[in-house]
Amino acid sequence: MTRTISEINEKIRKGQAVVATAEEVIGIVEKKGIEKATREVDVVTTATFGPMCSSGAYFNVGHAKPRIKLGGGNTYLNDIPVYTGFAAVDFFLGATAMPDNDPRNRIHPGEFLYGGGHVIEELVAGKDVSLVGTGYGTDCYPRRKIETKINLKNINEAVLFNMRNVYQNYNVAVNLSDKTIYTYMGVLKPNLGNANFCSAGQLSPLLKDPYYKTIGIGTRIFLGGGVGYVAWQGTQHNPGVLRGENGVPKRGAGTLAVIGDLKQMKPEWLRGVSFLGYGCSLTVGIGVPIPILSEENMRYAAVKDEDIFAGVVDYSEAYPQRKPDVLGEVSYAQLKTGRIDVKGKEVPTGSLSSYPKAVEIAQTLKDWIQKGQFLLTEPVAPLPGVESGITFKPLDERS
Amino acid sequence: MTVAKRIVLHFPRSCVDQPIIYHLVKDYGLMLNILKASISPNEEGLLVLELSGDRESYEKGVRYLADIGVSIQPLSRDINRNDARCTHCGACVTVCPTGAFVVESPSRKIKFLDKKCVVCGLCIRACPPRAMEMRV
Repeated sequence: MTRTISEINEKIRKGQAVVATAEEVIGIVEKKGIEKATREVDVVTTATFGPMCSSGAYFNVGHAKPRIKLGGGNTYLNDIPVYTGFAAVDFFLGATAMPDNDPRNRIHPGEFLYGGGHVIEELVAGKDVSLVGTGYGTDCYPRRKIETKINLKNINEAVLFNMRNVYQNYNVAVNLSDKTIYTYMGVLKPNLGNANFCSAGQLSPLLKDPYYKTIGIGTRIFLGGGVGYVAWQGTQHNPGVLRGENGVPKRGAGTLAVIGDLKQMKPEWLRGVSFLGYGCSLTVGIGVPIPILSEENMRYAAVKDEDIFAGVVDYSEAYPQRKPDVLGEVSYAQLKTGRIDVKGKEVPTGSLSSYPKAVEIAQTLKDWIQKGQFLLTEPVAPLPGVESGITFKPLDERS
Repeated sequence: MTVAKRIVLHFPRSCVDQPIIYHLVKDYGLMLNILKASISPNEEGLLVLELSGDRESYEKGVRYLADIGVSIQPLSRDINRNDARCTHCGACVTVCPTGAFVVESPSRKIKFLDKKCVVCGLCIRACPPRAMEMRV
């Protein structure tokens, strides 16, 4: 059987759509089989809640009197520098930006207690944030200095715009060296002391639509507690990686660039985070609905942890030196038992992405759809697939 | 008069290969009961123990530890989880030397067992949203 997105939206409007989370649908398919489950379920909700460094927000704070051109000068929000290379009062705040005087890793490992992600969290929580800016002065923008406070409710625009989120699968990080290392995958203990992973596995959006058959440019999503959209494929989108027989990538593959109104978002779903010895970031909550249009896409949506594999990578040598070595593959089911086997050693596992929060997002999105508050969208254009031939290029250094 | 205290010792790298416990027993006549030890080559060491003896020897023993660069903390501090900040990601689970963080099944929520906690503080900086706090 097949159905269309407009048929599903009709059911959503009438409050009759049948929605299951990507976790619940696994049980439904096991119990009823693909054919019956496809007939019964209209939408599967997927979600993830993990640190996503290529996140940020742009703002237009309105014009001061007299006017100041922040572009060409330096502007700070709570001491965090923003990028001002736009028109007079537009600027972009990145999640990993940190104060100019942060000691960084001068005393290793640095703490990175406050950065751009934390400013975003505070703004979304409704707090006032200090804005300090300097300009060089022009005839039309004579002012040189400004020191004030901004609040999300008073500024013109505040838009979350993340150039790479929702990685389709990710490395499992380990440390083969004999000393502790501090990475974006957390603290990794020496001699295979632990293994950290970062994916919601069977709940993760792009793992449930591995060939991007329903998720595309323009897809409406849950973003940071509000409504957002897929703007484009994310940076480093790499659909051509090694895949299993079920089509699911075994390495980091597709990514999404997403956009949405920061003013509607909530601090529970945009959390400033600090990675010891690495830097600061923003943990982002994202939920993506997958319309069930055919048995084929139901089969993909019902893939479970046992059938999703990730590569184990050494972050003491292979990752920093960009060596392709993978120490082995493990399933998310194995990772979630708390122990995996690497090179014959039993290694305890930890996660950086929150599965309980992903479950909560998938449930919230399900609730929105069941209540008729959230309609599905047809993609405006598809994301580049395997056939696009896109590859993830290294930087070719030349003189 | 005898004293008995539960203390947490942090050893800098330079001390890890020294027979410190031997000196506490042999030179200061102290009794000790090791509750938790975590020392690896080229790394910081952590030792939680109950140390007892007469007051004068106890004080001398503690001074010896301080002089060679071991930091000493009473075990009366405790670690508290700020539940409003915890996202239940699980970054703490493998960092904790005593297994005080447990992943509940099937919810995968992280349970903090403060009875198992030896207040080493390793979880504080390893927690990305900084949900773990030291209470003095």
